[in-house]
Amino acid sequence: MTAQATLPAPPGPLARLRDPAWYQEYGVYVAVAAVLAFNALFTEHFMTADNLRTQLVQVAPVVIVALGMALVIGTEGIDLSVGSTMALATALLPLYLGYGLVPALLVALLAGAVVGAVNGTLVSLVGLQPIVATLALFVGGRGLALVMADGQLKQIVNPDLLALGTGSCLGVPTVVLIAAILAAAVALLVRRTTFGRMIVAVGGNRSAAALAGLPVRRVLTGVYVLCGVLAALAGILATARLTASDPSSLGTLMELSAITAVVVGGTSLDGGSVRVLGTVAGALLMQLLRATLVKHDLPDSTAQIAQAAIIIAAVYVARERRSR
Amino acid sequence: MAPPEAVPQQEQEQKQVPEQVRQSAPAAVLEARSVSKRFPGVMALDDVSFSLRAGETHALVGENGAGKSTLIKVLTGVHRPDGGELRLGGQPVRFARPFEAQQAGISTIHQEVNLVPLMSVARNIFLGREPKNRIGLIDFARMHGEATELLDGFGIRVDPRKPLHTLGIGTQQMVALARAVSVDAQVVIMDEPTSSLEPREVETLFRIIGNLRCQGIAVLYVSHRMDELYRICDRVTVLRDGRHIHTGDLAGLGRVRLVSMMLGRDLSEARRTGLTRFDGDGRGDGHGDGRGDGHGEERDEGNDVAGTPERTPALTATRLNRRHQLHDISLSLYGGEVLGLGGLLGSGRSETAKVLAGALSLDSGELTVGGRTLRRMGSAGAIRAGISLLPEDRKAEGIVPGLSVRENIVLAAMPRLSRFGVVSRRKQDRVVDIFMRRLRIKASSPEQPVGELSGGNQQKVLLARWLCLEPKVLLLDEPTRGIDVGAKAEVQSLIDDLAREGLAVLLISSDIEELIEGADRVVVLRGGSVAGELEGDAVTESRLLEALADHSPAPTGKAPAGQEDPR
Repeated sequence: MTAQATLPAPPGPLARLRDPAWYQEYGVYVAVAAVLAFNALFTEHFMTADNLRTQLVQVAPVVIVALGMALVIGTEGIDLSVGSTMALATALLPLYLGYGLVPALLVALLAGAVVGAVNGTLVSLVGLQPIVATLALFVGGRGLALVMADGQLKQIVNPDLLALGTGSCLGVPTVVLIAAILAAAVALLVRRTTFGRMIVAVGGNRSAAALAGLPVRRVLTGVYVLCGVLAALAGILATARLTASDPSSLGTLMELSAITAVVVGGTSLDGGSVRVLGTVAGALLMQLLRATLVKHDLPDSTAQIAQAAIIIAAVYVARERRSR
Repeated sequence: MAPPEAVPQQEQEQKQVPEQVRQSAPAAVLEARSVSKRFPGVMALDDVSFSLRAGETHALVGENGAGKSTLIKVLTGVHRPDGGELRLGGQPVRFARPFEAQQAGISTIHQEVNLVPLMSVARNIFLGREPKNRIGLIDFARMHGEATELLDGFGIRVDPRKPLHTLGIGTQQMVALARAVSVDAQVVIMDEPTSSLEPREVETLFRIIGNLRCQGIAVLYVSHRMDELYRICDRVTVLRDGRHIHTGDLAGLGRVRLVSMMLGRDLSEARRTGLTRFDGDGRGDGHGDGRGDGHGEERDEGNDVAGTPERTPALTATRLNRRHQLHDISLSLYGGEVLGLGGLLGSGRSETAKVLAGALSLDSGELTVGGRTLRRMGSAGAIRAGISLLPEDRKAEGIVPGLSVRENIVLAAMPRLSRFGVVSRRKQDRVVDIFMRRLRIKASSPEQPVGELSGGNQQKVLLARWLCLEPKVLLLDEPTRGIDVGAKAEVQSLIDDLAREGLAVLLISSDIEELIEGADRVVVLRGGSVAGELEGDAVTESRLLEALADHSPAPTGKAPAGQEDPR
C-alpha cells in the first residue's frame, strides 16, 4: 500500500533479501509476522482473542496519531505537537460535556484543527522549519491544557463518552473499529484524491510542485490541520478508555511513538511517499514487541532497547535506499 | 607541500612596475600543467594547462559546464586532480585539503560571503589566527587596530567591533576580501565577486584589485560580465567543455571573438548584415547599469515581426524590473512564432522566463497576456492565463522522482483531471496515453517511476506535463540541455510543430545553433537588460555573437552590407 508506483520486479527471491529497498517495502510486515509466530510458539496465552483485542485497543490511539504524522512526514515535515494536542482535547472534554457529547467532541476536534492551522501557517506562510514550528505548541499546548483543566485530573462520568472507550461492535472494540476506518480513509485520501497526490508531490519536489501551479501552502496547512484533528480524536478516545481527563500525562511521548510507527513502517523522512498500511503495521510491531517482552517478564528498559534497535534498523534501511 | 620561498622575491621585483608585467612575461606564480579531473560520467577537466603571473588580473571565462568551478576547486585544494600537476612558484605542490592551499597563499572569495555573520568584523578577518597577548588570550586592541588599518587600506570605514551581519552585503564582501589578502596571499581567486554588489561597491572592489596588483598579487577573476573583464583584467583564459581553449592578452581580443570562443562557434563569417536594431550601436560603451533606461518603449513600438505586422501579441512584457537581476526588460511574444532568448550565463534569461511564468516576483513592470494585464499572479495564475514554463533545472524544479511517469505528466493538470477532488484514473490514462505516444516517451509503463528514465525521456515527460494544459504561451528554458542527440532532435522538431500549431514559444538556449535554427526572432539579453533584437534574415550566427558580446564598433572588419551568410 505505497503511495509510490510499482517497483520493477525483483530478479529473484535470493537477490531480494540483499536489496534494502525490499526491506523498506516489506520488512515491517515480515517483522510483525515474525513476532506473532514467536509468540504463538513460546508465549502462553498470547494468541488468544482476549489478549489480541487488548493489544489492538492499546495500539489504536497510536495508529490514529501516526496516520496524521505519516501525512505530515510525507510532505518532508514533522509534527511534535500531537501529544499536546491530545492533552488539549482531553482538557476541553469535561468543560463542554455539560452541553452533551456531540458539542464536547466538536469542540475538542476543533481545538485539534486550530493547533494544526497554527502549525501549518507557521510552516507554509512564515516558512519556519516544521520541527521548530511545532515545537512551540508541543511546549505551549500542554501548558494551555493544564491551565484550562486547573491542572487537575477529572473523572469522566458521561456514559456516552465512556461507551466510546468500552463499547464494541460484533466483538470488535469501537476504538479499534474507528482506527481501522480512519486508516482506510487516509489510504483512500492518499491514493485517490487530488489532495493526497498533491501531498506526495509537494513532499517529493516542492519547487516542481510550486512551478506546476499546485497550491503548496494550502496543501501544507491542510496536512497539519488533518494531523491535529486526528491527534485530538486520539485524545478523545484515550480519555474514554482512561475514564478520566488527565491533561498532565495523556499523550506524553506520543509524538515519538507516532514518528516511530511511521518510520518503522517504511515512510522516508525525506518526504515524497506516504505508506499508510506500513504505518499501521509499524505501530502494531512496536506494540506487540513491547507486549512480548513484558509477558516474558523482561523489564521495561529492555523493551525500550529493543525498540531503539528496530528504529535504527528502519532508518538504516531507509538510508541505504536513498543512497542508491 | 612546502610553500616555496623563492616567490616573494620575484614579486618584489615586479611590485614597482605593475604596468610592465604583461610585457616582461614573468614567471608564473601558480601554474596548472595538463590537469585532468574526471567525475562519474563526465570529464570535467581535460588536460588543462594554465598559468597565473604575479601582479596580473587574469580572467577565467566559460559557459555552464566549461570547467571553471572544477578548475578553481583543483587550484584551491577542494578536488585533487586525476592527472597533471600544480606548481606554485615553480615547485610542484599537492594540496590535500583547502586549508593547505590557503597556507600556501591561495585565497578564495566566493560568490556568497563565507564568514560568520554574528562575529565582529575584526574577528572575521582574523578568524583562526587572532593576535594573542602574553597569556594566550586574544589581544582585542591589537586585532581591532590591525583590522581598521587593513580596511582603511581598502578605503572602507567601518567599526571593526560591529557584528558582520550589520554591514551591507557589499561591505561584507570587502571584509572577505580583506581576510583573503591579510593571510599573505600570493594568489586571490574571485568567483563572481560582483554578482551581489551595487555599482559603487563594484568600484571599490576594482580599486582594491588595483592595489593587489601593485602588491604583486595575482588575481584570478571569474565573471560573466564582459565590461568588468575588459576593465580590469590583463589576460584571459577560456575554457569550454572541460578543455583549455585559449589564453592570451585581453586588450587585443575582440569581444565577439571572446564570446565565440566561449560558445565554440566559428567566427570566420563574422560580418554585419541585416537590418537589425542594436541598442549597443552608436553607444560608446555601456557602463553596466545605466543601460536599459528608455529601451523599453523602443521595443514596444516596433513589433513588426516579419509577415505578421498587425497581430496582437500573445504576451507582452513591459519594463520588467527585478533588483540585481532584470532591468527594464520589454518583449512581445506572438502566437505561431518561436522567440529565441539569447544571452550569456548570468544575463537574466532564466530569471526573465521565471518572471513571465509567475515563479519570481517583479519589483516593477507589467505583463499582458491575451489582452489582460496580470499582477502578482504566481505560478497557478500564470498557468490559468495559459503560460507554462519548462524550467532549466530538470531535477531540482521539474520531475518528482518518486512518482510515476503518469503522475508526473498530470501533475499540473490534476485539478482538471478529477471530479470532486477524486482523481479520475480514466481521464488521466487517456491524456497520458496521448502524450506518451505523441512525444514517444520511452518507459516500461506509465507507472514506472520517472527517476528511472533517461534525461531525454524525463524532459519529454515534463514537456507533456505542460502541453496537456493546452497553454497559449510556452516558455522553454534550455529544453535540450543534457539530453541525448536523438531526443534533442525530437524536442527541436516538436518545438517547430507547436509553433506551427499557433503556440507562442519562448526558447532559451545556450546552444547558438539551436537558437538560430529554431527561432524566428531572437532577443538578446546582457547584464539583465535587452541588448538587441534580431529578426528574419538578421538571425545569423555572427549577428548573434556580436549582440551577445556587446560588440562595440571596433575591431572586426565591417564587410559591406548585402552579403548573406552561407547559412
